[in-house]
Amino acid sequence: MALTRAARAPWGEAAAAWMLSAPAVLAYVLMLALPTLATVLLAFTDFELGATGFRWIGLDNFAEMLSDRGFGISLRNTLIYVGLVTPGSIAGALALALLIEAGLRGRTLFRAVFFLPVVSLTVAMAAAWQYLLHPTIGPLNAMLRLAGLGAPEWLSSSSTVLVSLAAIGIWENLGFNLVLFLAGLTAIPRELYAAAEVDGARSAWDRFRLVTWPMLGPTTLFVLTITMIRAVRVFDTVAVLTQGGPNKASQVLLYTMYEEGFTYFRLGYSAAVTLVFLAIVLAIMWLQTKLLDKRVHYV
Amino acid sequence: MTEFTGHPPPGGIHIRAVEKRFGHTQVLRGVSLDIAAGEFVALVGPSGCGKTTLMRIVAGIEQADAGSVAIGDRDVTRLRPGDRDVAMVFQSYALYPHLTVAENIRVPLALRRLNAWQRLPLLGGWMPGAADEGHRMDQEVRRAAEALGLRALLDRRPAQLSGGQRQRVALARAIVRRPAAFLMDEPLSNLDASLRVQTRREIVDIHRQAGAATLYVTHDQSEALTMADRVAVMQDGELLQVATPEAIYADPADLRVATFIGSPRINTLPAEAGTDGMVRVGGHPVGLWGARPGPLTLAIRPEDLLPAATGLPARAEALEFLGESLLLHARHEATGAPLVLRLPPEMRPDLPPGGSAFALQFDTSRALLFGPEGHRVGASVLSGMHALV
Repeated sequence: MALTRAARAPWGEAAAAWMLSAPAVLAYVLMLALPTLATVLLAFTDFELGATGFRWIGLDNFAEMLSDRGFGISLRNTLIYVGLVTPGSIAGALALALLIEAGLRGRTLFRAVFFLPVVSLTVAMAAAWQYLLHPTIGPLNAMLRLAGLGAPEWLSSSSTVLVSLAAIGIWENLGFNLVLFLAGLTAIPRELYAAAEVDGARSAWDRFRLVTWPMLGPTTLFVLTITMIRAVRVFDTVAVLTQGGPNKASQVLLYTMYEEGFTYFRLGYSAAVTLVFLAIVLAIMWLQTKLLDKRVHYV
Repeated sequence: MTEFTGHPPPGGIHIRAVEKRFGHTQVLRGVSLDIAAGEFVALVGPSGCGKTTLMRIVAGIEQADAGSVAIGDRDVTRLRPGDRDVAMVFQSYALYPHLTVAENIRVPLALRRLNAWQRLPLLGGWMPGAADEGHRMDQEVRRAAEALGLRALLDRRPAQLSGGQRQRVALARAIVRRPAAFLMDEPLSNLDASLRVQTRREIVDIHRQAGAATLYVTHDQSEALTMADRVAVMQDGELLQVATPEAIYADPADLRVATFIGSPRINTLPAEAGTDGMVRVGGHPVGLWGARPGPLTLAIRPEDLLPAATGLPARAEALEFLGESLLLHARHEATGAPLVLRLPPEMRPDLPPGGSAFALQFDTSRALLFGPEGHRVGASVLSGMHALV
């Protein structure tokens, strides 16, 4: 018995290993690897949904992007959106986390309140925002009018639409970042604050500079990466509230991809846009591991 | 190690009737303690006795509910930790992990001598006066680091250091500013045994060179006895006795002090003083006289007990060989009280085997008597080395 098992071990072990990992491998290949590969291949074709055939057109799709005004605007808008949402939601979440951590009561309450946007359906919440920001019946403009200030057309003016969407984006990401920062804050040893006090760090700012900020380094890096990726992925608020308008002023990368693929059925071109999106996400992740990683991990 | 001497700071630490409660738990019950300038006092007690709380109150990290703390001739009870002129070594060392050794040692200097503008990263160095002060601070950091043999490690970060090295960085950070008072919270408890003994000496040396009043908290009685000028024994939020190590060991004022200090634990036997004043154990006089009639506890250190031809009847249980001595575990026949004898190893062949009965004698002049409340009771010695049966 022992002998046969020993003889069969290399075979049996490998087979068992494959069988055990088969579901995960299968899911990975079917759901992630194959679609990605298909997208990459599609990006070099002129395939259109419903067409009977397609041609390999090499880099033509990418060449078209360079001259496509719509794509240029959507790339620029996406970068502006990321540039507003990332610092806004990180600074806001950090400030709130410090306030909640310093407060004596209501930790769980505040955490739940600010986390709500993360667990709620963005599409449903977008409807609420549409009402809040409505130029004539919205409560925000009603308040502004009461205060005697102007009434901007938030989502329907090309000069304010991106800022309005970014504000919603900050609101969406704040809770998630807040919970991460709160977790990071609890992990800071209390003795470090005591040491900072004894060493003469009298003001809250001194203690923040000496202990909190450096010790939050790993958390901040993670929050930064995740927020940037989440911001690049902005789609549902745009799709529900503005459809990229007015006059392409809120056209973003993923919405362009969606339009090209599912409104104009140009799947080849849409796949090429997707590749650009993928490249941006990968670049952010590369930046995290290469540039910042060594400066924030101590142990 | 090079010398790190300076003018000895004046003052000392003066704790007056400090009380502290956390919720319904009274942690400190009116503790008073005076530590002279240049004195090293070890505060020792079992965990949870309030010793760390007392130290944190002296540092200002915790606020006392009542009482006062003075450092030097300044009442600091209401001052922030940074304004008290104390330095503290934490049990976990509490080094800033993102700063190098040199930067860690520099922190207490920079926070006190540079203003907020001069401490700005990058820009700070260009502020007026920052460069001169920075140069002076670098020199002081170097001197403190040299005093602790850290010169080669100045550019490392705490994560790259061993436990002993981190401990020395924490010490250097404490001495660099020459504070009036040092507070040390179990600084050796995270080191392995051999390093602990070596570092014990180094801390005493550093203390002697720096000359500040030092309060050293530990639960390890051997640290307290070997390092301190005076030992303060604390239990249940009270100071039971403050005295030299010799007095704490040989002349404890309280049964709790006697049982806490000394390893193995002091032997205790239930005893009684009769109306004639004679002290008896299990009905037999033991050669002590003069206590007030009533129940007593007789306490004898393990090294003061000896097997003999006649004496207190006991039964041997087990023998432990420690190298420099032997421990004979036994039980007092009449009361069943456990007894430990510390004996020279040469006596091994003559000792009673496990399970056999033998007799015990003790040095009556070194026996200690305690009343029912645990307070020390005086008695006269009737006979020198004998336990009458």
